[in-house]
Amino acid sequence: MHSEDAVAERPWGALFEGDRADGAIYRDPALFDAEMDRIFKNTWVWVAHDSELPGPNTFKTGHVGTSPVLITRDKKGQVHVLLNRCRHRAASVCEKKKGKQSVFVCPYHGWSYDPDGSLRKVPHRWGYDENFDPADYPLFSLRVEQYAGMIFATFNADAPPLEEHLGAARKWMDLFMKQGGGFGVKVLGQHSFRFPGNWKIQLENTTDAYHFPIVHKTFLDSLDEETENVFDVLGQGGWVEDLGNGHSVMVMIPSLIDLEADLEAPIPDRFADLAAELAAEGHDDLTVRRLVRAVGGTGFNLNLFPNVACSMAFFRVLRPVDVATTEITHVAIGMDGGESVGPANRARIRLHEHFQGPMGFGTPDDAEGWERVQRGVRAGEGMPILVNRGVSAPEGTAEPGHEAGDVSSEVGMRAAYRMWKRMMDE
Amino acid sequence: MSAVTLDRPAVTLADLTAFIWAEADLLDRLAYKDWLKLWSTDGLYIVPVERGVADHANAVNVLYDDAEMREMRVKRLLSGFSMSSAPPARTVRTVSRFVETARNETSVDLRAAQVIVEYKYERHRLLAADVDYRIELSAEGLKLARKVVTLINCDDPLHGIGYLL
Ligand code: FES
Ligand SMILES: [Fe+2]
Repeated sequence: MHSEDAVAERPWGALFEGDRADGAIYRDPALFDAEMDRIFKNTWVWVAHDSELPGPNTFKTGHVGTSPVLITRDKKGQVHVLLNRCRHRAASVCEKKKGKQSVFVCPYHGWSYDPDGSLRKVPHRWGYDENFDPADYPLFSLRVEQYAGMIFATFNADAPPLEEHLGAARKWMDLFMKQGGGFGVKVLGQHSFRFPGNWKIQLENTTDAYHFPIVHKTFLDSLDEETENVFDVLGQGGWVEDLGNGHSVMVMIPSLIDLEADLEAPIPDRFADLAAELAAEGHDDLTVRRLVRAVGGTGFNLNLFPNVACSMAFFRVLRPVDVATTEITHVAIGMDGGESVGPANRARIRLHEHFQGPMGFGTPDDAEGWERVQRGVRAGEGMPILVNRGVSAPEGTAEPGHEAGDVSSEVGMRAAYRMWKRMMDE
Repeated sequence: MSAVTLDRPAVTLADLTAFIWAEADLLDRLAYKDWLKLWSTDGLYIVPVERGVADHANAVNVLYDDAEMREMRVKRLLSGFSMSSAPPARTVRTVSRFVETARNETSVDLRAAQVIVEYKYERHRLLAADVDYRIELSAEGLKLARKVVTLINCDDPLHGIGYLL
């Protein structure tokens, strides 16, 4: 056990300066505890997509930092994020991953809670004196706000409003959600896996185009020529842009920034069958074009500090477990248009499985690379982790005033570490 | 095997388990090209992420491979360019607890238990699974028509797996 004072005294922020970090950022358990406190208990942490709570009295479980939480929608439709910890003697009140129920009964002594967290009933009430008021013991409730269907929570009553925290990232979230093809975005399922490494190794990776042609060579080799050209992520004039507050965007395929643009372009050969299937479902020509264009997702990764990314066609969520263990969830998303968009959603699921997940053509190689970082950093005390890569972004790409670099630059990592430093110094 | 047909009692549980053990042996030895030949052309190899799902085609799976995907996957695993499979974790697997669940003129369904121990970077990991097989009789003998590997922890976090289950 560390002492709180010892944690407070260490000048953690000094471990990142300019464009390099000390290797201790991946391996110091005391630093991990300080991060959970100063970052994950302090800022907005993604917990769910709106479609994962599809109606009154639905819920899912998750984590904010290392704290298990219950994410609920009450009967009026309002979303709550509650610590999954009974107010009596701390038993977890729910161990299901998701579901629908109008009451949560603690299995130990039967205290029951409403989906908004209020304590509804205490068995054998007579054993408490008349001063005991159940209204004093609701489940601990976090602040909750959402933008573009993404639900965030924070322990910090003084955190700025979510929209202010997201700032320039909001434009990119709006663009990302266009892959709903006009029907809105819906979660279709997910993969999750752990790797033996620090959470910031994954945070860095979401804006790392540099590794793509090397680590993902076997994925690229498995594509038809047309698709392989689409995934030439370093060769299409992309860029990385600091969006403030630790957020950044990496644009790999500039032609796929706005999925509602260029709808008149010819449908690529590889999507001809899908287009025919969608037309057979009764969609008009424009809708078919919109769905087909949206089917492969966007051409960018939006990294939202500290725990979620809108990554081309899915959400990538990280959960720090301990200093050298991180859990990743790849949330597959599709179009919320029911059976008539079934062919498009099935195509999206197969594309997702192709790259993502524990046996995808991409993920296991990423996970191996990240583990190798954690193994390597045991050596070389005092040698820096370099995030100094990058030349200028192509003319006319990033918004004026934003720091930006070429698509292979480490601008996004520097943006995240500057926010990390700011929060660790506070 | 040439004269064997399924409606005769000639295909015994011993024949079927020998076939499955031979498959397991190919997988542990990374003889993936020979493994591809065990499959019928329209066979499906599925590793789900949830237990009890019937409609795998409309669900996210760990993998959902038809013949084309199986071939691409084998090419990737043997290419030498995939960091997680060059080399992969070593594996030793056993398949047992066979139960025949259905039989008709052309195929037999079996349920079995599979335990894989994998080893890499001084770490052992255990992967237990229920496996459902559909084994078809073709002109060339027994063929895998369907293999669904449901890991005991499929709905919880897994890890990068650089070999075949
Ligand atoms: S711990 Fe929940 S009712 Fe006692
Ligand atoms: Fe990657």
